[in-house]
Amino acid sequence: MGDHHKPSGIKRWLLTTNHKDIGSMYLIFSLVMFLIGGVMALVIRAELMFPGLQLVDPNFFNQMTTVHGLVMVFGAVMPAFVGLANWLIPMMIGAPDMALPRMNNWSFWILPFAFTILISSVITSALGGPSAPNFGWTFYAPLSTTYGPASTDFFIFSVHLMGISSIMGAINVIVTIFNLRAPGMTLMKMPLFVWTWLITAYLLIAVMPVLAGAVTMMLTDRHFGTSFFDAAGGGDPVLFQHIFWFFGHPEVYIMILPSFGVVSSILPTFARKPLFGYSSMVYATASIAFLSFVVWAHHMFTVGMPLAGNLFFMYMTMLIAVPTGVKVFNWVATMWKGSMTFEVPMLFSLAFVILFTIGGLSGLMLAITPVDQQYHDTYFVVAHFHYVLVSGAIFGIIAGVYYWLPKWTGVMFNETLAKWHFWSSVITVNILFFPMHFVGLAGMPRRIPDYALQFADFNFLISLGGFGFGLSQLFLVAVVWQACFKRKGKAVTDQVWESAEGLEWTLPSPAPYHSFTTPPLVK
Amino acid sequence: MQSQYLKVRNQSLLVKLVGISGFMFIFAVLVLPPMYEVLCDLTGLNGKVSLKQFDIGARSGDTAERMITVQFVADVDPKADWAFKPKTRSMKVFIGQTHQTSFFVRNPNREAVITQAIPSVSPAQATLYLKKAQCFCFEQQQLAAGEAKEMGLIFYVDPDIPEHLTTITLAYRLYDITDRMKPSIAETGESEHV
Ligand SMILES: [Cu+2]
Repeated sequence: MGDHHKPSGIKRWLLTTNHKDIGSMYLIFSLVMFLIGGVMALVIRAELMFPGLQLVDPNFFNQMTTVHGLVMVFGAVMPAFVGLANWLIPMMIGAPDMALPRMNNWSFWILPFAFTILISSVITSALGGPSAPNFGWTFYAPLSTTYGPASTDFFIFSVHLMGISSIMGAINVIVTIFNLRAPGMTLMKMPLFVWTWLITAYLLIAVMPVLAGAVTMMLTDRHFGTSFFDAAGGGDPVLFQHIFWFFGHPEVYIMILPSFGVVSSILPTFARKPLFGYSSMVYATASIAFLSFVVWAHHMFTVGMPLAGNLFFMYMTMLIAVPTGVKVFNWVATMWKGSMTFEVPMLFSLAFVILFTIGGLSGLMLAITPVDQQYHDTYFVVAHFHYVLVSGAIFGIIAGVYYWLPKWTGVMFNETLAKWHFWSSVITVNILFFPMHFVGLAGMPRRIPDYALQFADFNFLISLGGFGFGLSQLFLVAVVWQACFKRKGKAVTDQVWESAEGLEWTLPSPAPYHSFTTPPLVK
Repeated sequence: MQSQYLKVRNQSLLVKLVGISGFMFIFAVLVLPPMYEVLCDLTGLNGKVSLKQFDIGARSGDTAERMITVQFVADVDPKADWAFKPKTRSMKVFIGQTHQTSFFVRNPNREAVITQAIPSVSPAQATLYLKKAQCFCFEQQQLAAGEAKEMGLIFYVDPDIPEHLTTITLAYRLYDITDRMKPSIAETGESEHV
């Protein structure tokens, strides 16, 4: 293949099959969704800033909590990971591109349609039209079946599209990793980011169809006279929760494993030591993925399962702390006695290790059945999953973006602005989420637009943190804008960071349009 | 750019992976729900009482020295406005003995309806031990316009019930299944043509 002639203008992006173009589109799409979902979070925090109802009516509040969750999970975190995978996996394993480039194009371009459908129902509702989905991102039956608004059918269709998109993305990753590795790149020589994504991709093709099945059953219950979740016809709404969480728990690992991979790439670079316990990291990731299929009912300790069931799910959940602990100790051991420097990707990775561990510990508290009866559906749960998702998954993504951005653009980003981004984010994220533990333990329920007066001070503080965190993300937008579109900053070397290792750093900066046209030799 | 050999390898792996996701979809829709149903029948896990009629003669001996409180709860489909209530809210009964009670229902509307009562027991652990010899929930109930009726229930509590259970609640919700039953009414020629 000689000169590549790519079509110009909009057609270049519509028709592209290039892994870097598609990766960039995924990442930008994810950033836009992150901002849209963030605005919804700010509506929630504005309403909760003071006790009483002042800004939005309770039904609109419910729509905000619902669509905020859906947009962040399926629109921000998951596409960001697929974007990173697209950019990095071919460069890391010495491949010219992804294995199935046309499907790659398709899996991206489904996403804007899926989210237009979902978000259009929110816009309609905000303009005074009928309600958008208002049953929480977990869309429990019968809230979403018998009582779901008409827009629920839009929601169902958009979840189907998201499912198809992520299954295709996952298949592409697996085929690329198995068939396109450079000679000598054995499985146990793959960078950890590639490993974590391989395992994530398997989780995706195993559970996204289950989610599609759940919304399909909702659809037939709503319109075609079946009674999967309808007691009147002999069904059971609790069955919905079992199926949803059979998808949902592996889903939370889908949203964290690639971040584990990112952090495992960054820490060795800035500690100037190889990753401690590489193979134990691989086995730990695999065991986390395996265990994720047998813990789903820890979200359902209050539905009245028999004691044996509660105990089984409690012990299995606590068991996950073991491989996760292996990872945390490996990261700490990697840094132990290293010559550490604190560039922006390292700062975000360090925050990840500390804050994710806090989220992991509150998860361990929630795993204990008897106390979960108290914590269930309170702000303690909200605090827990935002620690693992915001200061876990999203900090991991941001760390990765800062780490590989110079390789993508060829210029060093504005480090001063990026440091502002880090420090403002890391301070405000704790003001935002840490007090939620306290109000949650004291009994403040989640998904309610009002609260008892004694929670007023903490909620005011939480909302301040929320606005601060939201505004801090504008630094990220500014840094990305300057680096990607203005190409401002001094040119970087191929290696970019002093002791970065891996095939992607052997390519020129900015990375050429086609990665390894002749496969490199890996010793 | 890809060689023929690589193309074949990619495609065969693609087909396998699509197969896995297709299998998982079918597993979720066609296997999980019946599996759950069977599991619940065996363990009483979800409080859904079996709609099986138990023979009173088959009771495992009379152990009339233990008593237990059985509470009755009745409510109706949120879309319906029938009156539906138990004759007694609570009974203290001897374990192992057969007891009888009933529920009242009245349809205040001008249209006839077909209803189905769905029972549920809590705590779920008691589900397997509440056995019914006769229940209006075993069949659908037709309510003519304005009709009121008393519907009977004969039950006993199995002596194997764990000692720590001292109160069990039997709740019924009455659902409107007229629409669901329309096709079968049409077959018997009872419904008007629309
Ligand atoms: Cu879980």
